[in-house]
Amino acid sequence: MGIWLIILYIFLGIGVFFNCLGSVGLLRFPDVYTRLHAATKATTFGSIFTSLAVIAYSFSRWNACGDSKFRVLALHTIVALVCLVITNPTGAHAIARAAHRSGIMPKQAVIDELKEAKLK
Amino acid sequence: MNEFFKIFIIPGGLLLLFMFLSLIRLILGPTTPDRIVALDTINTLVVAGMILVGAAYEEVIYIDVAIVYALLSYIGTLYVAKYLEGEAKK
Amino acid sequence: MSSFVEILHISTLIMMIVASFLAVFFRKLLPSVVALAVASLLLALEFYILHAPDVAIAEASIGAGLTMAIFIFAIRGTR
Repeated sequence: MGIWLIILYIFLGIGVFFNCLGSVGLLRFPDVYTRLHAATKATTFGSIFTSLAVIAYSFSRWNACGDSKFRVLALHTIVALVCLVITNPTGAHAIARAAHRSGIMPKQAVIDELKEAKLK
Repeated sequence: MNEFFKIFIIPGGLLLLFMFLSLIRLILGPTTPDRIVALDTINTLVVAGMILVGAAYEEVIYIDVAIVYALLSYIGTLYVAKYLEGEAKK
Repeated sequence: MSSFVEILHISTLIMMIVASFLAVFFRKLLPSVVALAVASLLLALEFYILHAPDVAIAEASIGAGLTMAIFIFAIRGTR
């Protein structure tokens, strides 16, 4: 039971730390693209590690008492983790593409090489 | 309520605090994509908090709510981004 | 630990009030819809902490999916 609990604390700490960094970065960065960068760090890395902490917790309880409820808990959390891993980067990419096409330049940017490459 | 309840409910409260920081960006944000980024961040923080609270209460059906919510919030974000893209093209 | 759960309830409701005020306060239409989506999201979280996961599923599908899609469809029709 001990090794799973140590893994649980480490994963929970990493997840909460990255969520904190992402929220502070969302508040402090200057334009849309850098804010999206910080927010995507929070949504992918933080959510993945908090879900992994829940999976480690259910494995530890399953090893300890052998109740089949915790096996089902681990399986459903793995499905939720797969959904998060698939959907979050796709949504972030869609937001970035919409922000670029609606004409928002990054701060202190002078030229737009993506638009020039499309015009060729 | 066992001794593991405290381990999962306190990070849930911290995620609520981070949601409040993202809500400040929703208030301040000068352009519309800033606000959509804040919406996306609050969505995923709510899903992560739902998984943590479901593990704290040891109920399997609470995790299913988090799965449904992750897929639905993805569709909402994608639809708003599509609308913003189509509006710029006119 | 029940007092900590009370704090979770109260802070969720405060954030919901702020988001609902923003939905009325914004002048442009799309940020207003985004603020309304945040309000319904937090309402689903509140149902979830109150041990009602079936109501939370209904609120999630209606608030996040259906209401947002219908409002954006209506905004697209205004111009």
